[in-house]
Amino acid sequence: MAAEQKFTPQTWPESPEQATLEGKNKFLGFWFFLGGETVLFASLFATYLALKDSVPSDTHAKAADLFELPLVFLMTMLLLTSSLTSVFAMYHMKNYNFKKMQQWLFITVALGLAFLGCEIYEFNHYYHEYEHKFTSSAFGSAFYTLVGFHGGHVVFGLSWIIALMIRNAKRGLDLYNAPKFYLASLYWHFIDVVWVFIFTVVYLMGMVG
Amino acid sequence: MSTIAHTQKRGFAGTVWDYLTTVDHKKIAILYLLAGGFFFLVGGIEAMMIRIQLAVPNNDFVSAGLFNEIITMHGTTMIFLAAMPLLFAFMNAVMPLQIGARDVAFPFINALGFWLFFFGGLFLNLSWFLGGAPDAGWTSYASLSLASEGHGIDFYALGLQISGFGTLMGGINFLVTIINMRAPGMTYMRMPLFTWTTFVASALILFAFPPLTVGLFMLIFDRMFGSGFFDVAMGGNTIIWEHFFWIFGHPEVYILVLPAFGIFSEIFPTFARKRLFGYSSMVFATVLIGFLGFMVWAHHMFTTGLGPIANAIFAVATMAIAVPTGIKIFNWIMTIWGGSIQFTVPMLYAVAFIPSFVMGGVTGVMQAAAPADYQFHDTYFIVAHFHYVIVGGIVLGLLGGAHFYWPLMFGTMLSEKLGKITFVLFLVGFHLTFFIQHFLGLMGMPRRVWTFLPGQGLDAGNLISSIGAAFMAVGIIIMLVNVVITQKKNIQVGRDPWKDGRTLEWSIPSPAPFYNFKQLPLVRGLDPFWIEKMEGKTEMTPAEPIGDIHMPNNSFTPFVISLGLFIAAFGAMYQADEGKGWAIPVLIIGMIVTFGAMLYRSIKDDHGYHIHKEDLLDDAGKGGTH
Repeated sequence: MAAEQKFTPQTWPESPEQATLEGKNKFLGFWFFLGGETVLFASLFATYLALKDSVPSDTHAKAADLFELPLVFLMTMLLLTSSLTSVFAMYHMKNYNFKKMQQWLFITVALGLAFLGCEIYEFNHYYHEYEHKFTSSAFGSAFYTLVGFHGGHVVFGLSWIIALMIRNAKRGLDLYNAPKFYLASLYWHFIDVVWVFIFTVVYLMGMVG
Repeated sequence: MSTIAHTQKRGFAGTVWDYLTTVDHKKIAILYLLAGGFFFLVGGIEAMMIRIQLAVPNNDFVSAGLFNEIITMHGTTMIFLAAMPLLFAFMNAVMPLQIGARDVAFPFINALGFWLFFFGGLFLNLSWFLGGAPDAGWTSYASLSLASEGHGIDFYALGLQISGFGTLMGGINFLVTIINMRAPGMTYMRMPLFTWTTFVASALILFAFPPLTVGLFMLIFDRMFGSGFFDVAMGGNTIIWEHFFWIFGHPEVYILVLPAFGIFSEIFPTFARKRLFGYSSMVFATVLIGFLGFMVWAHHMFTTGLGPIANAIFAVATMAIAVPTGIKIFNWIMTIWGGSIQFTVPMLYAVAFIPSFVMGGVTGVMQAAAPADYQFHDTYFIVAHFHYVIVGGIVLGLLGGAHFYWPLMFGTMLSEKLGKITFVLFLVGFHLTFFIQHFLGLMGMPRRVWTFLPGQGLDAGNLISSIGAAFMAVGIIIMLVNVVITQKKNIQVGRDPWKDGRTLEWSIPSPAPFYNFKQLPLVRGLDPFWIEKMEGKTEMTPAEPIGDIHMPNNSFTPFVISLGLFIAAFGAMYQADEGKGWAIPVLIIGMIVTFGAMLYRSIKDDHGYHIHKEDLLDDAGKGGTH
């Protein structure tokens, strides 16, 4: 199957992301990449746990002083929902419905941007209200590095999805770009899973001491 | 027609442009060989300076500060910029051919991996000219590296970060290539051992490099952006670096030595003219070594004070690695046993490897005993041990592999006579240099020491060690002469130059045509080419009729992506200085170049091209020797 070939919903293959050899390779390679990313975040979590509440003096804010669950709960809901909407987008991708896929991806991006806005507000709040900075303590460094790496992944994932949406807006789906959309959504799920762990390890465990 | 013809004649500039944009794994292999070979010479010169300084007591050939820079750069260069890329050269040159693939899974990423490594290595070595090299040892323990003045450590952290990204991508590429691109009939348990070791080493790269990435990020942040991960005054913990460095660093040892094992596992059957003894146990041992490699990192930290229980667990896990390694050693011996042996240069390296590596392994088990390690720690005993493992295992593998695979990569055969001279000089020099260091260490000579006093029983040992180093240097120079003479004569030796090739890479013309296999071969068992030969055939049975072949386009984008990070690294480094307002813009520009090039790659369609069936048939008579 040539990558440029045009399809109808009837001829569109079952797993378009793996219908070509290139797609198969990308699919597998990306899973490996996510394996490496998992180790990367595991290392960051380990560092965070080792340095949690490790501050030079008692005047510095600790985890229990900082975190407020309502905001973090909102952020969690936004990101979890965006993961669901990206599943809908991939459902329509598999059914060769380009328009609906774009719509659901648009909603995914909107939710992701809302999450990012909350995170910027949150960091700003800690910085100004609590003097909790990247350079103020080892705890601060570890916190902003872990959560910031995740935020950086969100920025990259959003840029990726937006670039794909714009690039392919006029030409619709084919076997060349189907794997690209699929991988971007896979990346988005991964970001979501990492957030679930951040929510648990950083925020929930931070609240209980 | 054009697709094949236009690759044949071009000027010097055309050749350079071709290599800057190539995505062909065989050309990328040559790039890795050239760059890795260059850094190997740089690291070797640094080694010679160390041995000159330590040849006699109270020497002042180099100053103490410069000595620290030299030992740091010697270790860092040899591991990251010489051994890794040289092994990647062989993986790229050999592995896709061994599994009967036309290409790797991600040709573009393959090129990107090379250029990231290259620019990272270049950045690290520019430190010599820009205010001094890193001086905290190749392990760069945080308490030392944070205290180090100047930009040396910054060069280390940023340079290794860039080249580490490249290695990670190379690893993923090899993993997917081996899983998805095998020829019909090439099942996992028919894969040659070098492919297996490449596979396991790539898996180790995938899981070992991210901890290094995180450790290096923290070092970069601490030194350049004011964070406090390792700064105890800010609540940090300096031991975190040690853990991450060795969680990466110990698997790294196996990332290096497993492919060397793989090379030897190809050389032994070829020149003993027997199939590899205990193939499935070799595969099992390789996977087991890879697995255990992640369980032992704290044996580098016995004296850190982790406590007796942690030390005991890591000691036992470390000793356990001797079991699969022993399986391999005995299998190699049994492969030679009763064979019809030919002592070519690659075979000499392989035979010499067995006792040399075993000696390094035995001292390794000695150090695994944690209480004894308190005596060995940070002495020349350790230096002797890891040089026996690295030189006796990896470097002998690289030298043997270079002679073995030279015809595969260049179509010419290195001189056996000069090769044997190099072998004798190098092997004698190696044992002369490092054997005596065991005793220097046991007598109490600390490692990384700039000089020593006379009359402490260390004089003769150090002199002998330095003389041995000179032997190795002469051996390598003769090998360079060998390479120049061979390439100058340029006598093409054609297909299967060793006459006893067993695996697929020898079944096609050497060097391989750029599409590798005109028809994918049908693999009917282990050592597929040997099977065909035993049935009186000279070529593989094809698994498909001749048809169009899909090829990837060349691209300059990998070079640009890597260049952007190279530029950004200067910005990141100098923005920490007072009064360097230009640095932040440089950082931003570099990142824009990198991400811009990535975006370009993403939105610009690249479907590659096809070589048509008719052109392949035209190409038939020429043997594809371009």
